[in-house]
Amino acid sequence: MATTMVKEVGSEPAQLLGPESASERTLYPYVTGTSVVALKYKDGILMAADMGASYGSTLRYKSVERMKSIGKHSLLGASGEISDFQEILHYLDELILYDNMWDDGNSLGPKEVHSYLTRVMYNRRNKFNPLWNSLVLGGVKNGQKYLGMVSMIGVNFEDNHVATGFGNHLARPILRDEWHENLSFEDGVKLLEKCMRVLLYRDRSAVNKLQIAKITEEGVTISQPYALKTFWGFSAFQNPTVGAEGSW
Amino acid sequence: MTKQQANWSPYDNNGGSCVAIAGADYCVIAADTRMSTGYSILTREYSKICKLAEKSVMASSGFQADVKALQKHLAARHLIYQHQHNKHMSCPAMAQLLSNTLYYKRFFPYYAFNVLGGLDSEGKGCVYTYDAVGSYERVGYSAQGSGSTLIMPFLDNQLKSPSPLLLPAQDAVTPLSELEAVDLIKTVFASATERDIYTGDKLEIVVLNADGIRREYMELRKD
Repeated sequence: MATTMVKEVGSEPAQLLGPESASERTLYPYVTGTSVVALKYKDGILMAADMGASYGSTLRYKSVERMKSIGKHSLLGASGEISDFQEILHYLDELILYDNMWDDGNSLGPKEVHSYLTRVMYNRRNKFNPLWNSLVLGGVKNGQKYLGMVSMIGVNFEDNHVATGFGNHLARPILRDEWHENLSFEDGVKLLEKCMRVLLYRDRSAVNKLQIAKITEEGVTISQPYALKTFWGFSAFQNPTVGAEGSW
Repeated sequence: MTKQQANWSPYDNNGGSCVAIAGADYCVIAADTRMSTGYSILTREYSKICKLAEKSVMASSGFQADVKALQKHLAARHLIYQHQHNKHMSCPAMAQLLSNTLYYKRFFPYYAFNVLGGLDSEGKGCVYTYDAVGSYERVGYSAQGSGSTLIMPFLDNQLKSPSPLLLPAQDAVTPLSELEAVDLIKTVFASATERDIYTGDKLEIVVLNADGIRREYMELRKD
C-alpha cells in the first residue's frame, strides 16, 4: 500500500511517516501564547506572562492565564499552543491527585514536577506528536529555589533566569546583565517589567495586559492583570523619513 | 494538492565539545558547559559529563534531550547490573553496553556524540569514542561535538598515537603525566572556544585515577 504524503484541507489526516491511517499528529500550532519570563529572587521565583493568545496573526483571546500553580510548591508558565497547555494541566491534575492520595505528608516539589514534564514532552516527541509548548517551571520547597525550562522536544535545563520564545532573544540578555543573587521583590518585579516592556515593543504577538506571579515557601500569588506604561515619544519616531524621502 | 513537508524536526543541536585522554594510570574527561539552540545560548552552566560507574565517565554532546535519556538509560542498566552481579561494571563492559544501546535506536537515533573514559581492569586509562549509532573503538584520546574538528587535529599533533595497524599492537595511551594532560585539555578548549561559537563559558574537567575521581573547572570566553 503506497504511503500517502498528501494533505487535503479539512478531510484526510496528514501522514508524516508510514501508512498509519487515521493517525493525527500535531503539525503546527493554532492558538498560541507568546513569551514567559522568570527569575529567581531572594524569597523564591517571579514569573511574568502576558494574557494574549493569538490565532495566527489575529489576537483572538486577551484574558488567557498562561501561568498556573501546581500542587503546593510549583508554578507553571507556558507559551505555545494553549490547548496543549490545558492538556498538560490535566495531566498534572492527575499527578498531584495521586500524590495527595498517598496522604503521607510528602508532596511533589518543583524539581519532581519539572522532571515529570520533561519525560512527558520527550515521550510525545518520540512519537512524533509533540505538545507544542515551551514550559517554565518554578518553585520553592524546603527553602530550595528551583527554576527550570522544558521545550517541546524535551530539551530541559535549570538556571537563575529563563525565558521562552522571543524572551530568549530579548529578555535573557537584560537578565544576564542585571540579575544578581538575592534580588528584592521590588527589584525583581522592576527587572521583569523591563523585560516585558521590551517584548511589548518588539514582539508583535505581545499584548499590554500581563500578570506577574510569585512563588515562595508560603505559596503562590498571581497578580491581577495590569498594563505597562509605554513611551512612544522618541524623537527618532518623529518624522522618520526626514532626509530620506520615499523610505519609511 | 501540495506535498506535505515536515516542518517540525524531532532533533536539535545543543552544541558543545567533549574530549577524553587516556594515560598510563589515569584518564581525563572534559567538556564545556554551554548549552545553545540556534544562535541563542540557553544556559552557561550545563554539565555534559555523567559518571556511569565507579571507573566509567561519559561526556556527550549533541541533542540534550537524547543525551539525558541515554544517560538515564545507562545509569538504570548499571544499577540492574550491580544488583545481578554484585559489582560495578568495568569500563570495557560499559563501552559495549553504550554501543548496543545506541544501535538499538539505529532507525531513530539518539543524536548524541559520546566519548567514554575510564580505567580498565588493569588500572590503565581507556577512552572509547562513538558515533551516533554506536560504532566505537578504543583509542588513546578523542574529541566529539561541535568543536571536535578544531580539537582533534591538534590532539593528533600533540599526542601522536601509534597506528592501530602495527603488529605487535602498540599501546595507544599517552606517556604524558596527569598534569600535562590536564594542561593540554585546557589549551585545547581555549583554542576551540575562539573559533567555535557553540563552545565556551566554562570547562569542566574530570580526572579518574587510582585514588578516585577529581573535578576541576576553568573559565572560558563567554562570547
